[in-house]
Amino acid sequence: MKLYEYQAKEVFASYSLPVPRGRAAETEDEVEGVAREIGGRVVIKAQVHVGGRGKAGGVKLADTPQAAREIGKQMLGMSLKGFIVKRVLVEQALPIEKEYYLSFTLDRDAQQIIGICSAMGGVDIEEVAESHPDKIMRMPVDIAFGPLDFQVRDFIAAAGLEASKSREIAGVIKKLYEVYVSTDASLAEVNPLVVTADGQVVVADAKFDIDDNALFRQKKLEVYKDASEEDELEAEAHRRGLTYVHLGGAIGMIGNGAGLCMNTLDIINQAGGKPANFLDIGGGARADVVRNALDMVLLDPAVKAILVNIFGGITRGDEVAKGILEATSTLDVGVPIIVRMAGTEADAGLKLLEGSKLIPAATAPEAARKAVELARAA
Amino acid sequence: MSILVDGSTRVLVQGITGREGSFHTAQMRLFGTNVVAGVTPGKGGGEHEGVPLFDSVAQAVAKTGANASAIFVPPPFAADAIMESVAAGVPLVSCITEGIPILDMVRVARYMKGSDTRLIGPNCPGITTPGGKCKIGIMPNMLFSVGNVGLISRSGTLTYEVVDALTRAGLGQTTCIGIGGDPIIGTKHVDALRLFEKDPETRVTVMIGEIGGSDEEAAAEFLGGSKMKVVGFISGRNAPPGKRMGHAGAIISGSTGTAAGKIAALEKAGVPVAGTLEEIIPLVKQQLAE
Repeated sequence: MKLYEYQAKEVFASYSLPVPRGRAAETEDEVEGVAREIGGRVVIKAQVHVGGRGKAGGVKLADTPQAAREIGKQMLGMSLKGFIVKRVLVEQALPIEKEYYLSFTLDRDAQQIIGICSAMGGVDIEEVAESHPDKIMRMPVDIAFGPLDFQVRDFIAAAGLEASKSREIAGVIKKLYEVYVSTDASLAEVNPLVVTADGQVVVADAKFDIDDNALFRQKKLEVYKDASEEDELEAEAHRRGLTYVHLGGAIGMIGNGAGLCMNTLDIINQAGGKPANFLDIGGGARADVVRNALDMVLLDPAVKAILVNIFGGITRGDEVAKGILEATSTLDVGVPIIVRMAGTEADAGLKLLEGSKLIPAATAPEAARKAVELARAA
Repeated sequence: MSILVDGSTRVLVQGITGREGSFHTAQMRLFGTNVVAGVTPGKGGGEHEGVPLFDSVAQAVAKTGANASAIFVPPPFAADAIMESVAAGVPLVSCITEGIPILDMVRVARYMKGSDTRLIGPNCPGITTPGGKCKIGIMPNMLFSVGNVGLISRSGTLTYEVVDALTRAGLGQTTCIGIGGDPIIGTKHVDALRLFEKDPETRVTVMIGEIGGSDEEAAAEFLGGSKMKVVGFISGRNAPPGKRMGHAGAIISGSTGTAAGKIAALEKAGVPVAGTLEEIIPLVKQQLAE
């Protein structure tokens, strides 16, 4: 789960990380109200999950509440790199002296948490990694101990961060780690971490991703779940408990198993089509799951054909076929459904589909070719 | 021959009385696996479908000489189950559970430092040796045949697809190992490759990777300096960056983890990479003929 900047800052603040005064706003009235509350110069930031917001016009300064209102009016509802801005964050503008980068994330190869920092903050860290790899410092953390004091001191010194502020920066590093571990984050990033003209160390921008596997024990973060969904279809799928990714093409895709589903997307592309979605119904799918999945895919108006790709392992092909038949008899399906079935009891399953409107295919590539053809003809 | 499991493997099942554990224990036994014990805390002393139950892994090992564990424990408790087996000195632990929090696995990895236990998974279908009649996990029983092909895969269903295709083509298997779709797993591609390299019966190994992480790249580096015959396959060529594609580990972050990068690395190491699943069989035959 990806949190928005304003949500990340709410959580960070609850761990006493220094964040600027501010609040999210959804209307121009609210923008003006928050700006008045804060007083003085404010910054208005579009709340969307895209990089490079500033350059795209998603970050603006205002000197008065009226000016803030004007900016809010322009920004709310605008499209930023394809995403509609529904919320802005209004906060005190900072007199920036220095900008650093700081994050904790997972080092998959080393199988441990790693802290990353750089004196080159405020820009995309991937770019810094390309252009100045020597300016990026890494601190592997032993989860049994957390970041040790000497490690943090070395980390700050090696990165060349402001020596006179090293105690404050060390505090931020330790608290950010605490947030990371306590919330089951997969990324907690501060970019930039700002040293202001009056010597404050402040979290000016934040990226915060939570491990979906751990949401069951992160009840406090549940409030952010719905608001964090960018895509309406994905939000609906998650409410239905389905593993779904919206991809924007015309071929709806349902399969069993993540690897098989990923491979099916590849096959659709190889056949010259564009998948509308990724939808994994997992192992042992029963009729209600198949029905739920078909119904979900049909919610996407761009879908012109649906490819169902099932490899029967423990799951029997005939049972899946029954599920599909049951689902299609109760759903209003206006698009062709192509079914590829192999593995356990696949022949029995395909036999059951005979005489129905469903279109059988012997192999996945053949199913994809049929789906692409039929979607084009629609 | 085979890797890791064979007819002498004595399996204990953690979470044997749960729905999944119960069903798959029966399937494993039908396959021929020697299931010697079940562990469910609080149910020790009893029996579950003829398998003696114990309260702890340590007790089960002491009483039955179990030397491998299959874990079907729900995600909130699975990391603890792994560490319990590690503490009891079980040499091989295969964790089937999907959905374990990543930080729990970071703790497990830390706990296992210096331990001799080999972990397979989590979020994997387990490991199967058809000739030795030992299956630990959830792979469908009827797909396998005995032969000279080894298989390593991050995906369950793609494992089944490829094993099925191999068997239909008359190409039997030595051992098939599902290493798991999570970002932190116990046995990576390169670890499994090293085991197959030493197995005299395995003549060709099929390696099925997917987007996310850099384990396939690490495998490619190893294969560049090895004489073993491998056929590669990578799924997720068309996955968008930043999206989790079903598996928690299948996510492209920035420029790392792409299918293109993995395919290029394997090809540079001289490993033929199949463009589709269908192309795997002819490539395996070609490697066998060489």
